[in-house]
Amino acid sequence: MAEFTLPKNSKMEKGRYYSADKSTQNLRKFHVYRYDPSDDANPRVDTYEINMDKCGPMVLDGLIKIKTDYDSSLTFRRSCREGICGSCSHNINGVNTLACIKPIKDLKGDIRIFPLPHMDVVKDLVVDLTNFYEQYSSVEPWLKSDSPAPEGSERLQSKNDQEKIDKPSACILCACCSTSCPSYWWNGDKYLGPAALLASYRWLQDSRDDATKDRLKDLNDSSKLYRCHTIMNCSLACPKELNPGQAIAEIKKMIATQDLNE
Amino acid sequence: MTKETRPLSPHLSVYRWQVTNTLSIIHRLSGVILYFGGLYLSLWIAAVAFEGPFSRLIVSLLDYSLFNIVLVGLSFVFFYHSLNGIRHLFWDVGKGFEPEQVRNSGITMVLLTLVMTGLFWWFI
Repeated sequence: MAEFTLPKNSKMEKGRYYSADKSTQNLRKFHVYRYDPSDDANPRVDTYEINMDKCGPMVLDGLIKIKTDYDSSLTFRRSCREGICGSCSHNINGVNTLACIKPIKDLKGDIRIFPLPHMDVVKDLVVDLTNFYEQYSSVEPWLKSDSPAPEGSERLQSKNDQEKIDKPSACILCACCSTSCPSYWWNGDKYLGPAALLASYRWLQDSRDDATKDRLKDLNDSSKLYRCHTIMNCSLACPKELNPGQAIAEIKKMIATQDLNE
Repeated sequence: MTKETRPLSPHLSVYRWQVTNTLSIIHRLSGVILYFGGLYLSLWIAAVAFEGPFSRLIVSLLDYSLFNIVLVGLSFVFFYHSLNGIRHLFWDVGKGFEPEQVRNSGITMVLLTLVMTGLFWWFI
């Protein structure tokens, strides 16, 4: 049964307030989720006043500024700062997205930064993605072919066939989609979630892959696949504008229209 | 350093309500409500067919205006569940998955539900 409220140790408390210089004109407030595993305190939400004249344009710039100017212990994942590594995914003003490609000026009012929803928090904005990665590897996201690669050349593909997998292969595994899905919140232990299913779809669509039937048989499961109720939060959240919800529907269609026991 | 139980990050309390999950949860709720609505409908049909004190009670509920408001709600829920069901059928054949289409079909569905509920009570 789904737990709609947070457990006792997860309830957020009012945090500290960090003021900017009194003279600051262009000021915005950042509310940031904080949790320190080294003490027994509950998570809290700290507020930081940021002088936007001295801050970069993206939400990630704001986080870096807080870390530099106010509290060097603030912990978050980031790497490429251009939306290709998938590290800095957060819940920003209520929606999951990448902090590095989300302009601060697109956000109304105060900026609220939380970890990805319904995940175990390691420290501050860093969540435990072990289960998420295990689900990804469980769909065996690699080429499975019955024939050896041709001598001295790659396995060739038509332009059309490649275009079918262009979009699904562009997934950066940031987990924005899976952690936006209410079904994944309540059943994340059994339901694979949109990210892993999109990865599976990428291989189901690959003209060079011969394991389609086996892949479909593995997914044909009331929890792994059919916990998707086409809520569609995933496709709205994806910062790469991919469509995991549609990919899942296509997988369901493949299972419905193919004889898996043939 | 590592604690036995890590806190769970906030979910429902922080996620902004999207058109998508809002319509989805209403769909599920409407299904539950229709279960009870169907129960009353069956009882009402039986009550019309058979005489008796229980039958009279079931039918006499219709005399209360409060109960009629409940019926308006039930009809709304019926049209909502049916029309959103059709929206799901389109998804099941792989159509209408672009985020814009998902939003627009949702809003259209709600408007149609209101229109059909209105028409239903206009003609009845």
